[in-house]
Amino acid sequence: MAKGDRGARLRDRRTAGPPPAEPGAPLGDDLVQLLTPEGERIDRVTGPDGVEYSVDFSDSEYRGLYRDLVVVRRLDAESTALQRQGELGIWASLLGQEAAQVGSGRALRPQDMAFPTYREHGVLYCRGIDPIMPLGLFRGVDQGAWDPVEHKFNMYTIVIGAQTLHATGYAMGIAMDGKVGNSDDPADGEAVIAYFGDGATSQGDVNEAFIWSSVYHAPIVFFCQNNQYAISEPIERQTRIPLYRRAAGFGFPGVRVDGNDVLATYAVTRHALDNARHGQGPTMIEAHTYRMGAHTTTDDPTRYRGISEVEAWQAKDPIARVRAFLAKQQIADAGFFTEVDEQATAEAMSLRERVLAMPDPEPVTLFDHVFVDETPQIRQQRARFVEYQASFEGSGH
Amino acid sequence: MADVITYREAVAEGLAREMRRDPSVVCLGEDIGAAEGVFKTTVGLFKEFGPERVWDTPISEQAIVGAAMGAAMTGLRPVAEIMFSDFLACCWDYLANEIPKVRYMTGGQVTVPLVVRTANGGGLGFGAQHSQAVENWALAVPGLKIAAPSTPADVVGLLAAAVRSDDPVLFFEHKGLFASRGPAAPPDHLVPLGEATVARPGTDLTVVALASTVPVALAAAEALARDGIFAEVVDLRCLIPLDIRTVLESVGRTSRLLIVEENPYQGGWGGTVASLVADEGFELLDAPIRRVAAACVPLPFADPLEQRVMPTVDKVTAAVRGLAAY
Repeated sequence: MAKGDRGARLRDRRTAGPPPAEPGAPLGDDLVQLLTPEGERIDRVTGPDGVEYSVDFSDSEYRGLYRDLVVVRRLDAESTALQRQGELGIWASLLGQEAAQVGSGRALRPQDMAFPTYREHGVLYCRGIDPIMPLGLFRGVDQGAWDPVEHKFNMYTIVIGAQTLHATGYAMGIAMDGKVGNSDDPADGEAVIAYFGDGATSQGDVNEAFIWSSVYHAPIVFFCQNNQYAISEPIERQTRIPLYRRAAGFGFPGVRVDGNDVLATYAVTRHALDNARHGQGPTMIEAHTYRMGAHTTTDDPTRYRGISEVEAWQAKDPIARVRAFLAKQQIADAGFFTEVDEQATAEAMSLRERVLAMPDPEPVTLFDHVFVDETPQIRQQRARFVEYQASFEGSGH
Repeated sequence: MADVITYREAVAEGLAREMRRDPSVVCLGEDIGAAEGVFKTTVGLFKEFGPERVWDTPISEQAIVGAAMGAAMTGLRPVAEIMFSDFLACCWDYLANEIPKVRYMTGGQVTVPLVVRTANGGGLGFGAQHSQAVENWALAVPGLKIAAPSTPADVVGLLAAAVRSDDPVLFFEHKGLFASRGPAAPPDHLVPLGEATVARPGTDLTVVALASTVPVALAAAEALARDGIFAEVVDLRCLIPLDIRTVLESVGRTSRLLIVEENPYQGGWGGTVASLVADEGFELLDAPIRRVAAACVPLPFADPLEQRVMPTVDKVTAAVRGLAAY
């Protein structure tokens, strides 16, 4: 074929099939929602997986979820500010995804293991972990340096999608250890949750994780926060069908939840985790949400998306709807909202102070932890480094 | 066109020149279209050439490189972008086992004329998984060519050679150089693969450098000249083909060799250069061959710590002084 025909051929191929959905387009009735953007409570709803979802929270539990959402957003804003002031190297904001993270994070039972991306600050908070923990990484004073086993929360994974295979292996491991499917007691079995984004679903390793988890019947929940963007690439560059429907092809249930609805996210995640812990295998959850901010502090989203799209999602804010619900149902009063704001500010100020007080590591520690059994080369390099550093003493260098 | 341009502008310029020249050249990668590249190295391409020739892809490194290979088999000349060179590890099967073996295993019947561009190296504080200098990974794979320019003009000239090459080329753009400036490339500029250049003449010692370590070596040479030590700086430009002849000629004049490389000392390309000079130029030497390379540790995220690991002007200056006094 002549070269001139190539463009036409490619164009035909690209436009074959139905047009992909626009981001933020109206969703069908396959979306699990228990709290509307206006704060109206939906009592129960049947998901595309045929399961009836509901929640049964006390007033105090409802208030607790609101508190989580507000604190998590405030801590995130503080971290963004710290980066802008040069105190952190980079920050990946969760703005807009608070409900997806708090809902799923609170659905975890203490024995469950979470595998985050680099944006799951809200899940980390809900695990009861001090939010200072990941900031050493972003301040550059360490490389993360937390114990994933102790916190049941893996290190932030920076390379897209890799954690899904780590989580799959972990889930297979606990299954082999007999920690799954022993009884109906929720405190008994263990489950794993793997967080990832819409972009990651295009990665080969993520699809391999789906296959392995399916054929090994692993106790895992794949929690996809579809925030509509992989840096600049919109969701229609990753998929032509709703992501949750991919699960069917791999042989496990998929469910799409309103990721800006903390109640529905909690209900769906709790159900999927309990299924996993009781030997029912994997589930994929697509939490339909929106990254309100930039991919990270290095990104400028105005280059690739319009303000009207952002405004449409602002109307679906995950916190405003809970506040409206609490106020309408008289579960919380103005004093409560003020007190929560004050707590969030106090936690943010504490975080700031403690970030600024983080001690610098000794440069020679660069050579630590490369190997368990150090090579002679590392030892030699460390010795030379010490000697080289010492040569500047007194030189004002 | 401006007389002086940045290294990052040179990437876009080099790509645009080749795309204008040859309609079979297409670009593919993440965020290279409407966003114009996370490093702004594809600015203007999407506007000029449109989605038919600038493909915004899903985030799938294996698919980007694998599809580039398939597209090359149809006669296209794909230029694939892997955003950070660290992610070459995500598509290593294609880079190590597929692309470099196609021509060999088909008995020369199929060539895959493609370029994989990638932002390599440290100095910007991107941490252990986004800062590595990995040009030595590719050096271990027969069948690939490796270019790593240090100046904007070389970016354009080497990119032209890489796109026109019938062999696959790994093209390492250095993140730390994107903001650097230099004379613009003249029209139809072409720098053949495998031709090193003497970036600064000198008499006392040869400093062999590549990409980011060229300006480091030049700054050290400038400082040392004030003390009467005259280092000659050789910019290798490519690792495969490796222009060892230019290195040996320089060592013939200076009798001393220092190699400055950003990849870790262990398995670094400087070991290959040193081995070749020891083999072919032993009698030229009046001193041991020395190497300044990165420490054999993952790169720290903090800028000051990263500088401790990477080659710096101070480290090169100290090494040159030591070698000159040998």
